[in-house]
Formats: sequence, C-alpha cells, structure tokens
Amino acid sequence: MKSESFTAFGRQAGTIFVTLVGLLILTFCIGRMMPVDPVRAIIGEEADQATYQMVAERIGANLPIYQQFFRYVSDLLHGDFGTSIRTGQPVINDILHVMPATIELATFAILFGAGLGIPLGILAAVKRNKPIDHVIRFLTLIGHSMPIFWTGMIGLIIFYAVLDLVGGGGRMSDFYIGLVPETTGFLLIDSLIAGDWEVFWDAVNHLLLPASILGYSSMAYITRMTRSFMLDQLNQEYITTARVKGLSKNRTIWHHAFANIRVQLVTIVALAYGSLLEGAVLIETVFSWPGFGQYITNNMLIGDMNAVMTCVLLVGIIFIALNLLSDALYKIFDPRTR
Amino acid sequence: MDNNQPLLKVENLQVSYRSGKKSYNNVVKGVSFDLGRERLGIVGESGSGKSTIGRALLKLLPTAKIEADRMDFSGTDLLAASERQMLDIRGRRISMILQDPKFSLNPVHPVGAQIAEAYRVHYSASAQVAKQKTLDMLEAVQIRDPERVYGLYPHEVSGGMGQRIMIAMMLIPEPQIIIADEPTSALDVTVRMQVLNILNELVTNKGIGLIMISHDLNLVRNFCDRVLVMRHGEVVEERAARDMKNCTHPYTKGLLAAQPHIGGSRQPLPVLNRQPQALSPQETSV
Amino acid sequence: MATETLNAQDHAMPTLLSNPNSVLRRLLAVIRELLGNPSSGFGLIVISILLLTALVAPLIAPYDPNVVNLGNVLQPPNAAHWFGTDELGRDIMSRIIYGTRISLTIITIVSVIVGPVGLLVGTTAGYFGGWYDTVMMRITDIFLSFPSLILSLAFVAALGAGLENAIIAIGLTAWPPIARLARAETLTFRNADYISASRMQGASSLRIIIKSIVPMCMPSVLVRITLSMATVILTAAGLGFLGLGAQPPLPEWGAMIATGRRYMLDNWWLVAFPGGAILIVSLAFNLLGDGLRDALDPKQH
Repeated sequence: MKSESFTAFGRQAGTIFVTLVGLLILTFCIGRMMPVDPVRAIIGEEADQATYQMVAERIGANLPIYQQFFRYVSDLLHGDFGTSIRTGQPVINDILHVMPATIELATFAILFGAGLGIPLGILAAVKRNKPIDHVIRFLTLIGHSMPIFWTGMIGLIIFYAVLDLVGGGGRMSDFYIGLVPETTGFLLIDSLIAGDWEVFWDAVNHLLLPASILGYSSMAYITRMTRSFMLDQLNQEYITTARVKGLSKNRTIWHHAFANIRVQLVTIVALAYGSLLEGAVLIETVFSWPGFGQYITNNMLIGDMNAVMTCVLLVGIIFIALNLLSDALYKIFDPRTR
Repeated sequence: MDNNQPLLKVENLQVSYRSGKKSYNNVVKGVSFDLGRERLGIVGESGSGKSTIGRALLKLLPTAKIEADRMDFSGTDLLAASERQMLDIRGRRISMILQDPKFSLNPVHPVGAQIAEAYRVHYSASAQVAKQKTLDMLEAVQIRDPERVYGLYPHEVSGGMGQRIMIAMMLIPEPQIIIADEPTSALDVTVRMQVLNILNELVTNKGIGLIMISHDLNLVRNFCDRVLVMRHGEVVEERAARDMKNCTHPYTKGLLAAQPHIGGSRQPLPVLNRQPQALSPQETSV
Repeated sequence: MATETLNAQDHAMPTLLSNPNSVLRRLLAVIRELLGNPSSGFGLIVISILLLTALVAPLIAPYDPNVVNLGNVLQPPNAAHWFGTDELGRDIMSRIIYGTRISLTIITIVSVIVGPVGLLVGTTAGYFGGWYDTVMMRITDIFLSFPSLILSLAFVAALGAGLENAIIAIGLTAWPPIARLARAETLTFRNADYISASRMQGASSLRIIIKSIVPMCMPSVLVRITLSMATVILTAAGLGFLGLGAQPPLPEWGAMIATGRRYMLDNWWLVAFPGGAILIVSLAFNLLGDGLRDALDPKQH
C-alpha cells in the first residue's frame, strides 16, 4: 500500500519534471525565434564591433545553441530571470509589481463566474430541457462565443460613457493615484489599511465592469461543466435511494448530488482561474489595467525578449501548479481516492 | 388494524412515457393487485414493466404518466397525493430496496450517516439518538462491529454488506410496505441466501408487506406467499407460490419448464418459446 | 473461406466512408438533421452565408473597403452607410464584408494544418503506444498547459506581427487537443477485431492507420475542429486587436476594433459592428459543432 503510493508519487514527480523541462525548451525556443538580436537590443544600433563582441561574449550569444540553453536554465535556477530591456529592471521584479492588479481582477472575476455559474449550471441540470435550461444554454453560448475585448468596450460605452454608472479605464480615478501607500499592491486591501474609503469605493467602481465581463466568460465555462457533471449525478441510482428515503428534491440535489460534484467543481474552477490570465491580456488592454496581461502585451509589441520568455514560463508554471493543486484537492476531498 | 385488510390496493395501473407529440408508449398496461401483510412476488423478464410498478407506487417517475382506477394505500389515495404527502409516505410508510449497493449508496457520505439520515427525515431525533438507532439497526441486519461500519464509505464495504446496509436504511423508519427491486441479483451467489434470510426475518417479525420484484422465478416461488407473473406490461398469471405448478398461462408454464431441478431428467432444458401466438393466445384472438 | 471472412470484416468499417455515393448520402442526411434543429440550423446557415459573402464580396460590398474619404469620416449608420463610416471615411459594412475573406482564410489554413497534424500525432501515438506515445503526449501536454491565446501571442511576438505569422501561431497552438482526441479514439478500437484481422493479413501499420483508424476518428475530429474554429476566430481577432495579427489597413475584424477603440466612446458603431460579426460567426461555429456532435455521434450525448 505504502510503496504503491510512493511509486505513484514518483511517477507524478517525473511527469512534472519532464513537463517543466519541456516548458523551458519551449520558452527558450520562443526567445531564440525572436527576430530581435539580443546583443543589439542591449547595446543599441550605434555601438562598435568591439563592444558587440564583448557583450555577445558576456551574455553568451555566440555559444552553441545547447550551451545557451544550459546557461538559460542555470540562470533561472539561480533566480536570474533576466533584465527587462524596456524598464531596465529585473523582469521578476516587474512581474511581482504588476501581478497584484491582475490577481485582484481575476479573483473578483472568478467569484462572479463561479458564484453565478455553479447555481445556474445546477438549475439548468435540474430543469433539463425546460425553457430555463434553454435560456441558460443560450447565455453560456454567448459568453463562450463573444470576443471579450469587444464586450469590454461595449460595456464601457454603455455603463461608462452613456449611463456613467462605473469608473472608466485604470484601477482608480486619476486624482486618487498615489494617495494610498502601496503596502500589498492590492488596491482594495491597501486602501482599507490606509482607511481611505473614498479610494476603496473608487477602486471597487473601477473593478466592477472589467471583473464582471471577465467573469462572464468563465461563468459560461463553469455553467456548462456544472450542468453536465450534475446531469451525470442526477441519473445515478443513489439519487433514487435518497428520494425513496423521503428526502425533498432540494435536499437530494444539494446534500446528495452536489456533494458528489464538489471535487470536480473545484478542479474546473481552478482551471478557469488560470484561464482568466488569457482574458486578462485582452481585458487589461481595453481597461488600461496596469496588470500582468498588459505587461505581457506591451513587451511582446516591442519585442522585449527576456520579459516575454519569463512571462510565458510563468504562465506555464501557474497552469501546471493549478493542475497539481486540483489533483491534490481531489485526493483530499474524494473519499474514494483517500 | 385488521390483519386481513389489504395495505395496498391497485386497480388497473397504467404507466406510459411520451414517445411522440401525441403518442404514448405504455410500459405497464392495466395491472391490478392487492397487498396485505404478506410477501408478494412480481416476476418477469427485463422490460416486462415489473420495476416500473415499484417506482410508480412511490411516484418516482418524473417523466412518466401514471394512471389507475385506484391506487389506495391504507386509506390514502396515492394517485391524488401531493408531493408533500408523498414525502411523508416515501421511506416512512413505503420504502424500496434497490438492486446494487455499489450504485444505490451515495459514494461521498459514510454509510452510517446515510442510514441515520433516513431516520431523521421522518422523526425529530437528536444526532445521538439517530446514531444509536442506526447502530441498533446495523446489528439487526447482522453486521458485526456496527461502530466501525458506521463510519465506512460505500466503496469500503462488500456487496453483501452494502445490501444489508441498504436494508437497514430502508427499514429504520419502520415502513408498512417494502418494495425490494431485485435485491440480490447484484450479489455473489454465496451471500444471496444470507441477505434474503435477514430481509425475510425482519419483514415477518415486523409484519411488513413485501413486494419482491425479480426475474428469478425459482427465488420468488420459494420466498414469497403469492406470485404475479408479468409479461409486456401485463400480469399473465397470479397464483399462490406453493400452487405454482398448477399454472395455466403458457408463458408461466414455459418459464417453469425451463428451470432445472435436482433429480430431473438430463435432457436439455426446454427453451422458452417467445413467439407471441404461442404465449398469449388472447392477443391473437383480438 | 477463412480469409474471405476476414476480408469482409476488414472492409466492413472503411467502406462506409470510402464509397463516394454513400458519403454523399450520409452528408445529405447530416445536413438535413442539422437544419432540423433550430440552433445547429442557425449555425449552418450563418456559415453558409459567410462562405457566400467571402466568395462574392466585390459584388455585394457597396463601397471599396479601402477608399479613404476624408470628407465623410465617422458618419453614424445612415441610409448610404448602413453601418456608418470609420475615422478615414471608409464604409464599415464593406470592410466587414471583405473581412469575411480574411476570417475564412484563417479558418481554412488553420484547419488544413491542424486536422492532419493532430490526426497523425494522435493516431500514431495511440496505435504504436510505448515510448513514442509517451513522448508525443508529453509534448501535447506542454502545449496544452498554456491558454491558447497566450501561447499564440508568444509565437507571434517571436515570429513578428502579421497575418501569416498569426495563422502559423494559431495553428501551432490548436493541434494538441485534436491529437489528444484522436489518440483516445484510436485506443478504443486499436484492439478491435477488424484491425487485428487486417494486421493478420499482413497490412502495414501505415495502411492500417490510414485505411482503418483515421476514417473511424474522422467524425469526432470533425466535431472538434468545428468547435475549435470558434476559438480560432476569437484568438485571431484577439491578436488583431492587440496589433499582433492582421495589420491595418487590412479589414480584419479584430484590427478594425483596435483602430475604432480610440473613437469608440463617441462613435460606438466603429467597434459594435465588427465585434458583432465576430460574435455571430463564433457562435455559429459553436452551434454547428454541437449539432454535428449530436448528428455524427449520438452515443456521446
């Protein structure tokens, strides 16, 4: 029994290791494919041949490709993710600086998406093929099919320009910028620490629209999955048992069927949370949100290789970590895998 | 209550599913029977509608249309009963044991909690009282070490034990009628008799009316007082179990002839003739 | 005698798809079924309209999509310009009509790359198994561990912005799910009797894969490709929007939204119509994909 789980652990560790190495190769290839000459990017177009040679030697640009790869990996292992050409800062510092804005956005989006998506999915499954099921299916299909950047703009036109209900672009109005000291980087928390309610409500006002639009797209996914998980369970024999015992429909749905999809839900919500990074790239551009998504796009547009490679690597690692996390949660919550 | 008064009276029960815009597909066609404090067997092959009857009595067929001239359960008209009334009837007064404990027990809750839940839906009892009741019930179905079993998950118990847990769960609110839908067909042959004996003992001691649904004529014949034989949604034979050999319907005769018995001839067993003319003469005459 | 029986088994499955007449009949039956359901019917009709529009764009577009008319900029929708004009006075409706050509080009090229690559990787991995399978599936896993837009973004950033590179980048990220699916399908009938039969007859692995396995994978792969076309449309538009895909003045819908963004608060039609076009086409592919799944593979739902 013990050695069995040990082997399973070993196999999983091996898989993770291989995936990580693959990830490194992929990001390295993306970096090498870039048309930008890494040496020129550092020294500029005017520098002479001697300087070029020196810099090339220092960063290893003239080494054989596999040695360059090992150098890249060993730098990473030493915590050196390279320096952003645009900002002159270590890339990792830049990323740590922009991450809270994205996490704040994504967290609210997932609260919206899961908070609405799970009940809607259950409702659709329980009322299968009834009108409400069709309405929910239509809503999720729209969420699944809409270009999120466009929805963001339409949202801005309607709720900001016409109705003036929410804030415009950015995390807060211009005149509040710099009022609250940056302690955690999470504006909502920082403004609470500073006790500045005005900034807090302004930040909420700015967060509402991008978070709900981002959340709508993950709601579409979560609703769809919840519905199909729930339909699977509602067809199970133990549901009949519960009804035979004299339990009401509600108790059967929540205490019996829902209890069986909790674990699967945790998994897909974790994956949906990761996928929000994708939406964030677009939504942050639309809403001028100074987060990770905007950072990635800006660097791609100017071809800042180090930053792009690190961002891509980070996204991959986040995804692998989320997958592992959901696996682990499966093991904790499902009595059959304990 | 008068012991001879039937608990359940069913007259001309019809169950149908919608198959098209206006067409219905009848799966149970005019079945009538009474049930007293006795053991009634319903036999038939799969698709004969025998399982549908059990679920129709509990009104657990959300997509089906259930009709009958009469469906009376000790004074309550089941057909007219609201969902609220049915919630009080299900489990508390009529209960059902399902086929396979592997699927009929909820995999994510401990079995003890599932049994206790069946008690607490119908009786206002504290958690401790319900647990004590459950432990007593587990003992009654001959489970040793009920304390330990109480906390087990369904995947941790064997099929035989799972079915005894199911029996405990369905008997704990002390219903007047138990419907057992193929209670032993998913079990190993070796534990079948044990489970049946437990069920039999509890049912007889408590004076519960039992409807035993099975495809196994031999089992039903030995275990029940009275047998209904069903085919294509109709009852083709109703007879006391010990009187089975005097059956008149060709289908029942065919079923009986296809049973092996000790000391019988070693010739190949006759195969049931499934041609409609041979089995239901009345159909051809219509 | 024995060989004849085996022969019959060998060809029992593939003939269903290799006989042109029966393929046509089956296709018609599928189309009839798709049209019978309102949602998949909508999908099929929208995509047919898309095809037709792209084909006859010069005939139906009221204006030249690239003609600048500075005397007529930012006109709201009116009788002369149904969808209004943009910041250079170009007719938005004509640009959307010509944009169908770009969308169709992207979809066609991506599916031509992705379908065969995914099928090849998936069926060979499933058929041969062993270390080859492991390696291939690790590679697909690595690709799958990214959200597709971010990976495409990275590839485009590496290759340089532009429509061609965007198509390549999308193709690079869209094959892994298809490979996964084809592998899973292959595993389910790798050991089927008719496969063993052709193997015993001495058919080469290549022949078995092409003749027996690929045709069996086709229905679900087609469904999958149709569904992923919805994502491809969105990714291409996203790349165009970020300035990494099709470049102005190409009338690509995402790029149109990107340039319209500057004027959108006062001139909603600059973004509303191209975005609406993206939404409808993507929705159509989703609906068609769902419908195809029900029509081709009833057991899956």
